[in-house]
Amino acid sequence: MTASPGTAPVDPQRGMLRRLTGASWFGDVAIVFAFIALMLVGGLLSDVFLTPRNLTSIAVASSILIVVAIGQTLVIITAGIDLSVGSLMMLSGVMVGVAVKNDLGVPVGIVMGIGAAAALGAVNGLVITKGKISDFIATLGMMSIALGIGQVISGARPVTIIDAGMTALATGSLGPFRWIVLVSVVVAVVAHILLFNTRFGTYLLATGGNFEGSRDLGIRVDSVKVRAYLISGTLAGLGGVMLTSRIGSAEPTAGPPYLLTAIAATVLGGVSLFGGRGTILGPVIGALILTALLNLMTILGVGVLFQPIVVGIVVIGFAIAYRFRQ
Amino acid sequence: MTTDATPLLEVKHVRKTFGSVVAIDDVSMNVWEGKTAAIVGDNGAGKSTLIKVLTGVHQPDDGQILMEGKPVRFPSPTSAKDQGIEVLFQDLALVNDLTIWQNVFLGRELVRGEPVGFQRKRAMTEKASEMLAALDVDLPPASTRVRRLSGGQRQAVAIGRAVGWNARLTIMDEPTAALGVRERLEVESLIEQLRGEGRTFLIISHNFEQVMRLSDEIWVMRQGNVVGHRKTEETTADELVALITGAKSSDARFHVSNPTVGSR
Repeated sequence: MTASPGTAPVDPQRGMLRRLTGASWFGDVAIVFAFIALMLVGGLLSDVFLTPRNLTSIAVASSILIVVAIGQTLVIITAGIDLSVGSLMMLSGVMVGVAVKNDLGVPVGIVMGIGAAAALGAVNGLVITKGKISDFIATLGMMSIALGIGQVISGARPVTIIDAGMTALATGSLGPFRWIVLVSVVVAVVAHILLFNTRFGTYLLATGGNFEGSRDLGIRVDSVKVRAYLISGTLAGLGGVMLTSRIGSAEPTAGPPYLLTAIAATVLGGVSLFGGRGTILGPVIGALILTALLNLMTILGVGVLFQPIVVGIVVIGFAIAYRFRQ
Repeated sequence: MTTDATPLLEVKHVRKTFGSVVAIDDVSMNVWEGKTAAIVGDNGAGKSTLIKVLTGVHQPDDGQILMEGKPVRFPSPTSAKDQGIEVLFQDLALVNDLTIWQNVFLGRELVRGEPVGFQRKRAMTEKASEMLAALDVDLPPASTRVRRLSGGQRQAVAIGRAVGWNARLTIMDEPTAALGVRERLEVESLIEQLRGEGRTFLIISHNFEQVMRLSDEIWVMRQGNVVGHRKTEETTADELVALITGAKSSDARFHVSNPTVGSR
């Protein structure tokens, strides 16, 4: 501080990748390299792995996880956690099924599904901020409540949905890209812009990075948290619709497993569970890695029962590696 | 303009209780434009509560706050800012993973495209650079994350933010409590620079030597009341200790060595 009087000029030399990831260079680019390495290794080990057909299958399978993981990421950035996303996905799918069963049509069903998940997401945020309950407990409770609602209205039975538009979401394409994949790309791009180019994005990072300080500066931190949970609920609802479209029925047991995978993708993507730091690109790649890894293991004949062990080791390994970044 | 007879900030008989706990009993004090006032007092004397009342965090139970003779109310932190009162928080209220410019603009971002609020990054970076360049402090580019700054540089960013918004009064809560000796001296010289430019400060500090060096007048609080008001040049650290502890000046048991001359 005693050296030359400082100026702080605009820094025009921020690298493209750094700009993309929006955080410290090494930690966040490492995951991109890890993904490329996985794809190359997969290509060497298997003739099928890098075929367009298999890549499409990985992209389709990832797309749902990407959407849900992005919602989770925005919540985790505020130093929260949303344990209800799996149940909200299930509830959303069930709503679509119920709408179709009652001849309300798929569009109404989609609105009902996403709307219900969004509303319950907002309830998460309100319970946490107004009720002054920890994020973990509030969303744990909602996980159970949403699951119960879904079971009650579906009778815990799958509802098959035969609707051309609904099926087209998962199987139809625009050029070489499936609609369902494009949905996840749009969500990712919008979320990235939201996080790094809008005032709200800065408030998400500030709320998670320094809750008290942000509040002292006049940021309405409670409102920021409510909106983060609202977005997470909305994206879980969207994920539920995408899942229903992909498997062709509203399946009461299909949503819940996404909870842990979404958190795993977020951790792989370098988002700090303590809040305040994270990217969108990271969790997107994290979701791709998890999906591609499962796909590769299946192709290579690694038993399905054995696969979770590998996934767990990869997640923990990355979490340890992130400890060493700046 | 402030006339000679009207202080910039005047606190009149302010009282604040939390349940049965009386945090501030009856406090009256004032701050003159272009001067630095200091509040000293032991832990629990009511300093922090007074600051929170002046920054809109707490509402007083009783009493009045006047700016340039006009009664004002601060129902929220934003309303205190609107009156030109900025705060250097004890914990600095910086967000480590945001850049310098994001921290400078936190809570008052320049945006376009409401209600989405796209950030005008370039404008904010330039303005933040400008604001901080006015401080005689060596800082990295404004796009640097605050995490990478030294303790003194962090303090400088927080001070720059607290004076840079045309603040009429900057309240500094223990401005150097968390710093090492060298960084503390750097921050003090920065405060000296800003005092020389005619800034108005209200400093809360435990450090008598610092208070003696940096203030024009001193208000002493004890148990929720103002128990003394001295011109800095007319008092000594010994007398302040006596006022703070309630002992008589003549039999002060706690002598502060080298009370008047700091090692700057």
